[in-house]
Amino acid sequence: MSVSVREADFDVGAEIAALSVEGGDAGAVASFVGLVRRDRSAGGIRAMTLEHYPGMTEKALAEIVAEARRRWPLMAVRVVHRVGRLLPGDRIVLVAVSSSHRQAAFAGCEFIMDYLKTRAPFWKREETALGSRWVDARESDDDALRRWAGSENS
Amino acid sequence: MTIRVLYFAGLREALGTSGEEMPLPAGVNTAGGLRDHIAARGEPWAQLARARNLRCAVNQTMVGLDAVVKRGDEVAFFPPVTGG
Repeated sequence: MSVSVREADFDVGAEIAALSVEGGDAGAVASFVGLVRRDRSAGGIRAMTLEHYPGMTEKALAEIVAEARRRWPLMAVRVVHRVGRLLPGDRIVLVAVSSSHRQAAFAGCEFIMDYLKTRAPFWKREETALGSRWVDARESDDDALRRWAGSENS
Repeated sequence: MTIRVLYFAGLREALGTSGEEMPLPAGVNTAGGLRDHIAARGEPWAQLARARNLRCAVNQTMVGLDAVVKRGDEVAFFPPVTGG
């Protein structure tokens, strides 16, 4: 299964090792790991809770992976996204892809991450010393998505 | 046959529920029409009409508010996503 949404942490090394085997003749593996940022200021984040839309989340991620596969010759793809309560320094998301060459691996990995940010139904709630609040979506994430409009195998 | 309406994140908290089942209201055939129908109940539901950048999904696919809604559909309303 290339997509996993769960509370449990993941082992980056084991995931990449499995991907390298699964990819067959892959010559390149690119990966991205997102973390809960450490913020040591007074109002900094103490914890973060991720909510999602069970069913749609898996479907949306599978569609994003399928779109990346249409654009680049990817071999194996793995997306793991955690939900529930996470602490600063915890891993949130892993995207790893393999391909024959690095260009497709880098581009495919970045594409999946940019689409995940704006298309997959996850919501973050941050806890600070002052209370908790839902994180606002960032316009820079929409800008990141627009870069890919009309780009095929670029 | 009814429709299933789901609310997530800040919207779920503001409305005080994660969802409801209801008959498809007479005259409603789009997600935007459904939002307006629910918002017309008054507070707290009117927040649906005021929500900035309200997103929606029909049958677990993200769509615009002009998307068609029919009996048996699952319609979700939520704020812009913030995962990753």
